[in-house]
Amino acid sequence: MNVEINGARIFFEIPVLGGIPITATMVNAWCIMVLIIGLCIWLTRDLKVRPTGKRQIVAEFVVQTAQKFVVGNMGERFRNMVPFVSAIFSMSVLCSLSSLVGAFPATSDLSTELAWAVVVFIMITGTKIRTGGLGGYLKGFTQPIFILTPFNILSELATPISMSFRHFGNIVSGSVITSLVYAALAVASHALFGWLPGALGEILGSIPFLQVGIPAVLSVYFDLFSSCMQAFIFCMLTMLYIANAAEE
Amino acid sequence: MLEKAIVLAGCAVGAGLALIAGIGPGIGEGYAVGKACEAIGRQPECKGEVTSTMLLGCAIAETTGIYGFVTGLLLIFVAPGIFLNLL
Repeated sequence: MNVEINGARIFFEIPVLGGIPITATMVNAWCIMVLIIGLCIWLTRDLKVRPTGKRQIVAEFVVQTAQKFVVGNMGERFRNMVPFVSAIFSMSVLCSLSSLVGAFPATSDLSTELAWAVVVFIMITGTKIRTGGLGGYLKGFTQPIFILTPFNILSELATPISMSFRHFGNIVSGSVITSLVYAALAVASHALFGWLPGALGEILGSIPFLQVGIPAVLSVYFDLFSSCMQAFIFCMLTMLYIANAAEE
Repeated sequence: MLEKAIVLAGCAVGAGLALIAGIGPGIGEGYAVGKACEAIGRQPECKGEVTSTMLLGCAIAETTGIYGFVTGLLLIFVAPGIFLNLL
């Protein structure tokens, strides 16, 4: 029984600054970015005031859904957040779904999510400073009493960590469980047919019959449902945190 | 040899213990979903809002379980290498 659970493969290293490794995460993330940009360009080519083609109707539906999602959750004054949230959402969904075609999903590398979460953290801090001023922001750490300052700083730092770990853990747990199930099913089908006498048992036992079909059910949950769910939750938390930061 | 065995066994047992963290989110999410079902049964017209709020709450409740899982991953894939180097 051999179980292979690997991180991102390193393709090659750029020999500057002590070697920058180019991993499967980076390559796949750039492929997804190119895909999204291509999709945007294709959807928004020759727009008309009165849409005639299906393509423009799809594009308008996507934009309207994104606007309704963001404005409904954050309020009208955050309409400029629509592109940011939809960018993170589309990137997250497509990265996670890229495991369906056998590519290494960029979201199962913590660096990807941590980058997004750090960007969100900077935006939260920026919004807080813009609403309350630098003094108000620093004073917020001493609320309700000044003894709690270390805990406030800790909870501030926990935001990006918990956001990135949540997304990362969900995607990686899916791939770990799927590979464990594959290995277990190989053993099970060997036990099922391996007892047959002679060469017949050897040949039939070495073919993992049970791997057909059963993992597909897991894939529907872990790849389709969990990917979309985590992207939704990441965007939802982004919006909630930023909207909360503006209210204080 | 014995030290190596102890380190590896400690990492494996620790990874198993770390996954006890899964109990909490399981109970909490089950409770949340049950309450959401009650709310939908009482007021079926606010099904969409209750469902999306519940999913968000479940995702946040899941965080501690995810921490346990990440700790388990670290104990299996990262910690043995570091500790064996220290010996």
